Amino acid sequence: MIRQWIGHFIRHIDSILLATVLMVLVVALMVLYSASGQSLLKVNAQLINIVVMMVVMLLVANTQPQHIERIALPAYLFGLTLLIAVALIGDISHGARRWLNLGITKIQPSELMKLAVPIMLAWYFSKRESMLRTADYVVAGVILLVPVLLIAKQPDLGTATLVFASGFYVIFLAGLSWKFIFGSAIAFGAALPILWSMLHDYQRRRVEILIDPSQDPLGAGYHIIQATIAIGSGGMTGKGWLNGTQSQLDFVPERTTDFIFAVFAEEFGLVGCSLLLLLFTIIIGRAFIIASQAKSTFARLLAGSIAATFFTYCFVNMGMVSGILPVVGIPLPLVSYGGTSLLTLGLSMGLLMSVQSHKRLVATD
Amino acid sequence: MGYSTELKNHQNEQHKFRVRLVFLILLVLTAFSALLGRFYFLQVYRYDYYQTLAENNRISIVPITPNRGLISDRNGIILAHNFFVYTLEITPSKTDDLQDTIAELGELVEISATDLKRFKKLRAQSHTFESIPIRTHLNEYEAAKFAVNRFRFPGVELKSRLFRHYPYGTLGTHGIGYISRINENDLKQLKENNQLSNYKGTEHIGKAGVEQAYEAELHGITGFQQVEIDADGRAVRVLSSASPTSGNNIVLSMDAKLQEIVEHEFAGRRGALVAIQPKTGEVLAMVSMPSFDANLFVDGIDYDNWNNLNNSPDKPLINRSLKGIYPPGSTFKPFVALAGLESGKRQPPFTISDPGYFMLPNSRHRYRDWKPSGHGAVDMRKAITVSCDTFFYGLAVELGIERLTDFVRHFGFGEKTNIDIQGELSGLLPTPTWKQKRFKQPWYMGETVIVGIGQGYTLVTPMQLAYATATLANNGKAIRPHLVNAIVDAKTNQVKMLPHTTADQLTLNAENLEIVKLGMMDVTRPGGTAAAVGANAGYDIAAKTGTAQVVGIKQNEKYNEKLIAERHRDHAWFIAYAPAEDPKIAIAVIVENGSHGGSTAGPIARKAMDYYLLGKVPVDPAVDPSTAPAADSTVINAPEVEEEPHD
Repeated sequence: MIRQWIGHFIRHIDSILLATVLMVLVVALMVLYSASGQSLLKVNAQLINIVVMMVVMLLVANTQPQHIERIALPAYLFGLTLLIAVALIGDISHGARRWLNLGITKIQPSELMKLAVPIMLAWYFSKRESMLRTADYVVAGVILLVPVLLIAKQPDLGTATLVFASGFYVIFLAGLSWKFIFGSAIAFGAALPILWSMLHDYQRRRVEILIDPSQDPLGAGYHIIQATIAIGSGGMTGKGWLNGTQSQLDFVPERTTDFIFAVFAEEFGLVGCSLLLLLFTIIIGRAFIIASQAKSTFARLLAGSIAATFFTYCFVNMGMVSGILPVVGIPLPLVSYGGTSLLTLGLSMGLLMSVQSHKRLVATD
Repeated sequence: MGYSTELKNHQNEQHKFRVRLVFLILLVLTAFSALLGRFYFLQVYRYDYYQTLAENNRISIVPITPNRGLISDRNGIILAHNFFVYTLEITPSKTDDLQDTIAELGELVEISATDLKRFKKLRAQSHTFESIPIRTHLNEYEAAKFAVNRFRFPGVELKSRLFRHYPYGTLGTHGIGYISRINENDLKQLKENNQLSNYKGTEHIGKAGVEQAYEAELHGITGFQQVEIDADGRAVRVLSSASPTSGNNIVLSMDAKLQEIVEHEFAGRRGALVAIQPKTGEVLAMVSMPSFDANLFVDGIDYDNWNNLNNSPDKPLINRSLKGIYPPGSTFKPFVALAGLESGKRQPPFTISDPGYFMLPNSRHRYRDWKPSGHGAVDMRKAITVSCDTFFYGLAVELGIERLTDFVRHFGFGEKTNIDIQGELSGLLPTPTWKQKRFKQPWYMGETVIVGIGQGYTLVTPMQLAYATATLANNGKAIRPHLVNAIVDAKTNQVKMLPHTTADQLTLNAENLEIVKLGMMDVTRPGGTAAAVGANAGYDIAAKTGTAQVVGIKQNEKYNEKLIAERHRDHAWFIAYAPAEDPKIAIAVIVENGSHGGSTAGPIARKAMDYYLLGKVPVDPAVDPSTAPAADSTVINAPEVEEEPHD
């Protein structure tokens, strides 16, 4: 009876996805052990985060996509309410208003929106699926931009960008016209010089530093210079686990969180980097396959968006750490230390598995 | 867009979706290939380079501090500049044994306990590869002595660092301000303003006056050198560098010579003077006496000096012109007079017969005039000239406290003037609402009576009174006072004049204004309360004297000049503007415990006007434009003021 129940429960796990995720997590724990100066405390804390993530993943995987569809609107409105509350009464730290103090704990509603926005949009498009017209894309744009602007105003440009990306992927996959995409890209490019001329000197300088951190070698640039040395000195096969001098000697900043990839690259070299990239590619590829096989519009759009957003995380983080993208605070999925990020990933992976394992049940033909 | 989709056919729908997916997959592959390419570039192609950097173990980023902008007066006299001093600096990572090194150095040049304390503090804040000063201000002899012995001290360097210097010491310190070492609070502030990285290598920050208020302009942009360091911590070569950008130079509205003359005229007394150009709001002089030497603060003030300044009963650290609050006394009367005329409560022919006191209806209390026998027949003009208390008692009552305060508020009473430096107090213009809130008591008619002569709760700062006088001289147009006239770009030498901003524009009846102004002109003519001040002036002076009862001593203490200590005597006020028909300077002076405005405060204002309007110099000036240190070789970054900064 119990065995039957367990069997039913794990039936919804996607073995390819689970296996790859676990492989990345093992690597992540090794790197974390090294990056934290061999702190078992930190590794244990992350292990607990991983357990929580796995439980969440399993629970979501066992939830039918229809049930998730039902919470799309409430979750979105709830998140939006919290964001407005943050704007009005949020706690300020480091000059930004991002947190809502609930007395016992502080929450960052923008995290919730990373999934609430794509779910909401996927739901919206699935409601309108056979009668999509221009106005629907305008409504979708509003659904997307309101939370994004609220988050950008906090200000938290990193999260705003990611929420925007996750929502945009849904709209894109729903069939936003190419003309519009390229048209607005061109219009944005053309407007850049005007926007630039409207900025104050100090704002321009901030943007310049974002784009080229070497202009601020004592501030943001320091991270990049040290991270680049760490990656480059890793060479073909790396210096070996626990042997990264740059990272062990404290030169790489934030080396358990946003810059953990530099530690990995120093110790495991180009071979390690390629393998990690391969693992990420498998996860993303599997997610795309799940999306392409999904039988409902909602499931399809959501899975596609999750795959593309996961890719965006990986690319932006590794691009930033290796110095080809501006420095924005984005963790490397599954690898960076931290519970919130893992929780969001558990939800995402669970959603993918749910879509995959329930597809026969939800065929809508 | 014109795009709408007919998604009826499931097959068709999935096909379209897959086209989109293929696009995303291509995006992923391209992006990941780019990453792979980047990793290959760093880890294979440039491996040797990064390997060397990592093995030599570090590159250090050495900040290059920008030169701080200069501050000069309106005529180009430099009031704050920078000069090089020899400093002995230690790079801890380069020394074999830091304790030994310091001990041996101590045998060569004197290293005091203060030096050691500072070194320890700075060391805690910096990286081991940064050099930290252990001794500053070495003289030539000490520098030479070290140079000969240099070989014995690996990791110790003789450097020349820029120091701030205020060539005229105590002159105008309260306005110019000073810089001092950056402390924890400053660091917090800098961090909040995202300025921290620009202050790497910078040891000082503006702490008061213009140095503080214009810190962002004066500081400049820090440059840096990216230096490759070998295993012993020696710099091997410079990988890249960026020059610092000097801070911008600042041209004050202050006339240093005028400031110097006034400070000299105070001759050991306590008090303050503010002189403003009425049409522009330019502050020509802002004096607070006694002053103090700003140079004491630059390298960290020592305990004894700090104690002396901080505990002195004369309170030299307080900027009296902005923070000294005193009752305005009779200097308030011209503004009350104007309120009376503008409200129609007083018409020009209105005359009282002054018995020497005023009584409220249904009351037996006598409010005395300063002249016990009274002034006889007094009209508005004469009331100002002889400072008739009785006249203004009655006027205040008829106006009522609300109408009176509502009117004079336009002249800036009870509010900050918003001058461009920090720390100003707003004084107090009492109203029944204020009193209810402050004391939970109703307003009494008797309190209105004494507000009429600038006593009671009314409090002003010298800056406010000068601002009000300037506004009166300018026929009701109030210009926000400012100490800085222009900012000179360090790179281009371009002079950016700061705009004059109108704070309030009061429309006044010209005839009413004329009566008050004539009354004030009569003040400095025979028969007026300050006739001596106006004697042989060569230009017309409009003025008003005043006396402020000393706050701080008990209100019920009996006043007897001869019996009480000098510090308990009344403060003497004097406000003036000149030339009366076309005002170029407006002044407010207070001499603490100076008793009579006409005899102590007035002459100081007269000297100031004589210099500003006629160029008359009463004393040997320490500040001489012809010897201004513009040609001095030690001055770094001297401003080239291309145009005269005032109109």
